Amino acid sequence: MKQFEVEVKVWLKPSVFDPQGHAVHGALVSLGFEGAGEVRIGKFIQMTLEAEDEGAAARQVDDMCQRVLANPVMETYAFEIRERGQ
Amino acid sequence: MRWAVVVFPGSNCDRDAEQAIRLVTGDPVDLVWHDAEDLSAYDAIVLPGGFSYGDYLRAGAIARFSPVVRAVAREAERGKPVIGICNGFQILTEAGLLPGALLANHHLQFRCEIAKLRVQTNDSPFTRLYEPGEMIRIPIAHGEGRYHADPEVLEELRREGRVAFRYVENPNGSVDDIAGILNARRNVLGLMPHPERAVIDWMGSEDGIRMFQSIHAHVEEGLTHA
Repeated sequence: MKQFEVEVKVWLKPSVFDPQGHAVHGALVSLGFEGAGEVRIGKFIQMTLEAEDEGAAARQVDDMCQRVLANPVMETYAFEIRERGQ
Repeated sequence: MRWAVVVFPGSNCDRDAEQAIRLVTGDPVDLVWHDAEDLSAYDAIVLPGGFSYGDYLRAGAIARFSPVVRAVAREAERGKPVIGICNGFQILTEAGLLPGALLANHHLQFRCEIAKLRVQTNDSPFTRLYEPGEMIRIPIAHGEGRYHADPEVLEELRREGRVAFRYVENPNGSVDDIAGILNARRNVLGLMPHPERAVIDWMGSEDGIRMFQSIHAHVEEGLTHA
């Protein structure tokens, strides 16, 4: 078994209004960052995972995202997997 | 008939619901812990408000995996009335017993006030004692009550008359002013407002009384016919 480091990002789907991002965008503009465009705020999840190989790890993480880490009704996700110590 | 009020770690409206139901219906009510695996002894199930599991990850996301929610799904499948109030509504959507999801209020404020609602249908075990189109006043208290669903789901809810309540003045940015919805079989209701906080005059409204009376009448009729 190999050890992997996993990083998952979860954020609201583009079609869903993000009031946090909207508020932060307003703050950025009022600070003088006139160029700041739309802001979207999400979650960052970090974990370690033991799995046979990278493919098996990816399948597990995708399953985790589908079932728990994200709610597909309103959220979308992406993840990165890296073997530990490499 | 006998009611179950489910208690999760972090529920905080369980006692209110229990007392309101006892007061309104006179029925026995049990507080049932989240690890219960069998709810077959109950005729109606309440998922109360609160912050189950600290709202970690998403409101209702962790509660959904507790043994009692599997038991709730089983009894819902058998046609028993299940009502999810506030956090209970969030749990029902996370568990897939109701469509859609509840997101942070569009203004990011926690709203705690009496909301005016329009009863959209009385064709359900929860609303049979209301008049369709009637305006009622029920308190809300939530930071994440913005109902969201895909356009196809919304169309289905409208077509099948499954929007149970709409806000008269939308307090949270909910799509189509939705405050509460029914499942396809009409025996599962989720709503953000708290009917258990509107059962005595000094609470500011008594409009929640008929919701519990409706469920009681529905179940007692079924029991009599059985």
